[in-house]
Amino acid sequence: MSAPNKSYDPVEVSTLQPEALDRARDEALAAIAAAADLDALKQVRLAHAGDRSPLALANREIGALPPAGRAEAGKRIGAARGAVSGALKRRQAELEEERDQRVLAEEAVDVTLPWDRAPRGARHPLTTLQERMADVFVSMGFEVAEGPEVEAEWFNFDALNFPPDHPARSMQDTFFVESEETGLVLRTHTSPVQIRSLLSRELPVYVVAPGRTFRTDELDATHSPVFHQLEGLAVDEGLTMADLRGGIDAFVRGMFGEGLVTRMRPSYFPFTEPSAEVDMQCFVCRGASVEPGAAPCRTCSSEGWIELGGCGMVNPRVLVACGIDPDRYSGWAFGLGVERTLMFRHGVEDMHDMVEGDVRFTLPFGMEI
Amino acid sequence: MRAPLSWLREYAALPAEATGRDVAAELIAAGLEVETVERAGADLRGPLVVGEVLAIEELTGFKKPIRYCQVDVGRANGTGEPQNIVCGATNFSVGDRIVAILPGGALPGGFEIGSRKTYGKLSEGMICSVSELGIGEDHSGILVLPGRPEVGADAIELLGLRDDVLDIAVTPDRGYALSIRGVAREAATAYGVAFTDPAGDAPSDDGPAYPASIADTSACDRFVLREVRGLDPAAQTPMWMRVRLSRAGVRPVSLAVDVTNYLMLELGQPLHAFDRTKLSGEIVVRRARPGETLETLDHVRRELDAEDVLITDASGPISMAGAMGGLATEIDEKSTDLVLEAAHFDEIATARMVRRHKLHSEASYRFERGVDRELPVRAAHRAAALLAELGGAEAVPGATVAEAPVAPRAITMAADHPDRVAGVAYGRGTVVSRLEQVGCAVEGGDTLTVTPPSWRPDLTDPSDLAEEVIRLEGYEAIPSRAPRPAAGQGLTPRQRLRRRVGRALAGAGYVEALNVPFASARDWDSLQLPADDARRRALRLANPLSEDEPLLRTTLLPGLLKTLARNVGRGFGDVALFERGVVFRPDGDGVPAAPRLSVDHGPSADEIASVDAALPDQPERVAVVLAGDRERPGWWGAGRPATWADAIEAARTVAREAGVELRVEADRHEPWHPGRCAALYAGDTLVGHAGELAPRVIKAYGLPPRACAMELELRGLDEPGLPRAPHVSTYPVATQDVALTVPADVPAASVESSLRAGAGELLESLRLFDVYTGEQVGEGHKSLAYTLRFRAPDRTLTAEETTAARDAAVAVVSERTGATLRGA
Repeated sequence: MSAPNKSYDPVEVSTLQPEALDRARDEALAAIAAAADLDALKQVRLAHAGDRSPLALANREIGALPPAGRAEAGKRIGAARGAVSGALKRRQAELEEERDQRVLAEEAVDVTLPWDRAPRGARHPLTTLQERMADVFVSMGFEVAEGPEVEAEWFNFDALNFPPDHPARSMQDTFFVESEETGLVLRTHTSPVQIRSLLSRELPVYVVAPGRTFRTDELDATHSPVFHQLEGLAVDEGLTMADLRGGIDAFVRGMFGEGLVTRMRPSYFPFTEPSAEVDMQCFVCRGASVEPGAAPCRTCSSEGWIELGGCGMVNPRVLVACGIDPDRYSGWAFGLGVERTLMFRHGVEDMHDMVEGDVRFTLPFGMEI
Repeated sequence: MRAPLSWLREYAALPAEATGRDVAAELIAAGLEVETVERAGADLRGPLVVGEVLAIEELTGFKKPIRYCQVDVGRANGTGEPQNIVCGATNFSVGDRIVAILPGGALPGGFEIGSRKTYGKLSEGMICSVSELGIGEDHSGILVLPGRPEVGADAIELLGLRDDVLDIAVTPDRGYALSIRGVAREAATAYGVAFTDPAGDAPSDDGPAYPASIADTSACDRFVLREVRGLDPAAQTPMWMRVRLSRAGVRPVSLAVDVTNYLMLELGQPLHAFDRTKLSGEIVVRRARPGETLETLDHVRRELDAEDVLITDASGPISMAGAMGGLATEIDEKSTDLVLEAAHFDEIATARMVRRHKLHSEASYRFERGVDRELPVRAAHRAAALLAELGGAEAVPGATVAEAPVAPRAITMAADHPDRVAGVAYGRGTVVSRLEQVGCAVEGGDTLTVTPPSWRPDLTDPSDLAEEVIRLEGYEAIPSRAPRPAAGQGLTPRQRLRRRVGRALAGAGYVEALNVPFASARDWDSLQLPADDARRRALRLANPLSEDEPLLRTTLLPGLLKTLARNVGRGFGDVALFERGVVFRPDGDGVPAAPRLSVDHGPSADEIASVDAALPDQPERVAVVLAGDRERPGWWGAGRPATWADAIEAARTVAREAGVELRVEADRHEPWHPGRCAALYAGDTLVGHAGELAPRVIKAYGLPPRACAMELELRGLDEPGLPRAPHVSTYPVATQDVALTVPADVPAASVESSLRAGAGELLESLRLFDVYTGEQVGEGHKSLAYTLRFRAPDRTLTAEETTAARDAAVAVVSERTGATLRGA
């Protein structure tokens, strides 16, 4: 039924008769509606809208008409052809839609199939936490400073106002490099980087030093002989403990969010005077767990406070050892343990997990924390 | 330092309602680190009374001796009748006064007491040991009370069984706080209440006692002796003293020892008692002489060092000053005449001797941290008085005081110095009154002359004085000033590279491990390193945690391989790990020791260089290890095992972050498989190796077969420069495939570089898409098939141009490698 209709003859001018036109149009529309698929429609298009279709032929005959009749005939033929081409377009769209529905349905897959073909990787949370903390300082305009892990005792102790034979030296259980005459140790803290920075940089100095440190503690749930610290140091004219507190507050805001109160307790470090321990309000319960009847807080053990680290004003003796005039310059320093921070910030319960390198521990931390 | 609250109250007029926790909070705010407050006896419940044993019936037929006792507890049981109590101890007799807990009472730890049938008798309570009462360790027998305390008296009150004990971690600068005297003074200051000095006033001078002199005043600047005679060796230490000692963590021993320990705890002044009858001749404080030895109280004969500070008499050394007494002059259970020593020894001399002989004691701990120089005379006086009072001894009048003059220390400080340190305007008046509260003598106006008290040898600098003012005014008074922005330049290129490397490797599926940098010579063997391999030259720790790993790593691989094995052992066979960190590469012998520079001035550049010259090279490296499948099999098809090629690609991944394309050459280098080892070059610099591990290495570390590794020195890679934008041509590409037959030993890298050299500038890219060996290429040959893509920046290439470029590429590769065009 979609085959071309040979009964139309281009020479029959009778095709210009309105009845003939209407018939040709109606036949075309019927054929279009009847086309069951895109192939059939293609044939219909050829027969009813192609160059040799009755309507096309009729169009060609317009020129043969007397001028008076041309306009009217043209109008009627145009209307018929427009109706046919519109119907073709609509039918084409309908059939394409049908085809797409069918083919795409056939191509459906089980999208719940698992895909673990390529292995996942991750960076160690101690690395990314150090970066995160250092970035808070960097955003305050500090630069990241570094120093060697095997360090001279002069940098690790003497210049930091740990005199030889002072009990403060034995507080830090030190790994010594053999033989002890070498004067070398595994650095017990990141503070020698303070000295290196003060000796190598122009004043004022604003640096943050993250890094690996060592003490002769056996590995257990809360200790490791190898651990990480991060400390910030500012030496400038006119710095006071108010700047120290402001620096710590800015760090806490950057790491743990707005509105957390900090407090300082007097303490002792040879390289700062005055010295303090710093606590911050628990960033999880914000101190609410202390109230009677409140839900317990695992992050702060319902103490309301979290021990953050140590700090103080740079001991003028340290400045002197670095050739800096303590009457003109003053400074503050603030340091904290990276492992401890990871423990309370992320709920790590055992130091072993941080040092054993079990991929199950590290993977969930991804690229950044 | 463990400080019972009741003891503190004796010298600080603390408010009656203040609890141990309250006082702890105040002390913490003042800078004493109170770690715990133990509420001793808080769960103790009476009736707990003094009883007298009236009768003892020994019960037989049990595995151990059991006593059935009648105990008079006065009216405490409501009846006045004797109380029947079964007791398993035997260290008491009829007539002894003991402590009995009656039914309804509870001992520390929630131990409820009732009447109960035991050993065939009804026991109406329990006779207590010191351990059960929470005032000592001894549970070998029950507590027999010294003296004749009243029967029926409340033992809780009598013995002070309820007390709060503050455990304080005293920082090294606050030696004075290693005493009740020091803690009570801080507590009194914190509460603003009266403090009574337990040291009392200096006694009147009644002339010398046992003769003594100081031969070396650098070791000791004050040495005091007093004598007591006629001490009753059987005299017992009273309960109040025993309880205080126990609370403070010191085991009661005998009256003479207990009194010296008690005064050390109360005043902070260590004391030593000699048996006078065992002394001969004048006592002299001096350094040791060559060859001298001393057998100390712990029955160890010690070879003395010329720097050791000794107490000697005519017989030679009798005590190691401030550390431990000698066995020969020790007081014993028969001693009646004692010579009491109280001295001020040099901190450093004591510290060195103690460290040399590993002879740490409560006494040396205090001397190292500085003892009040004004205490020896008073402490010796109090010791004699206590022994007289408690032990029936006669305190011989007079004291020997040998001493060297010590100049008073005064500190000059601007009156507003604390204000400038704290950023708080305290004002001169506050500064002066706070310093006076600490015990300083203060003079002057805008510039203060401050003389610290004798018990604060730690106060030496204006900043120390500032800290005293600031802590007493309270750290909470310090405002917070927002940071002034510094003009930082952000991370250095090297620091950014480090982060990029970590992200790139993690993105490629590697998990970062941070391994402990300790190693052993066994690792070098496991890695199959030759005897002369530089990596065997490692730094050794003088005091390693484990003798198994006394070295510092010279390569990252052992730690990573062990972590790989650990993961495999835990059931994860497909593992890829990476580590970035430093290794330690000493230069060898003959490195001079790091000089100990002065701290009085800044070091010169030469001085800094001389210290740094002693440090080992500490290059930063990155390494990966991998085993099992790099891609897992699954419903999508087969997996792909990790191979040497992955290890090399990991190196390329790292280098690309630095903008470096590595050059790869075949190499032989342990611990890699000799036929599957690549040397990695950045330009002409060898920066590392990668490939499959040698089978012996895999076996030594217990790894899965075909495990692979890469190690690369990050330092060898330049910092990444600014990437230049390429010109992106929009003209069409022309593609040509070539298959080349080359001798099997020609490296693909040579073929590729030859093709590139020959193809010229029109070559956009080149890719090896097939490697074939087999009959069709003949024995000893292989076929390499490449796709060459050509494109010009400014025109569409003609077929002739493309073919010419391809022919040129083939010509060069033929000339350089002997390659022939396959099918040509």
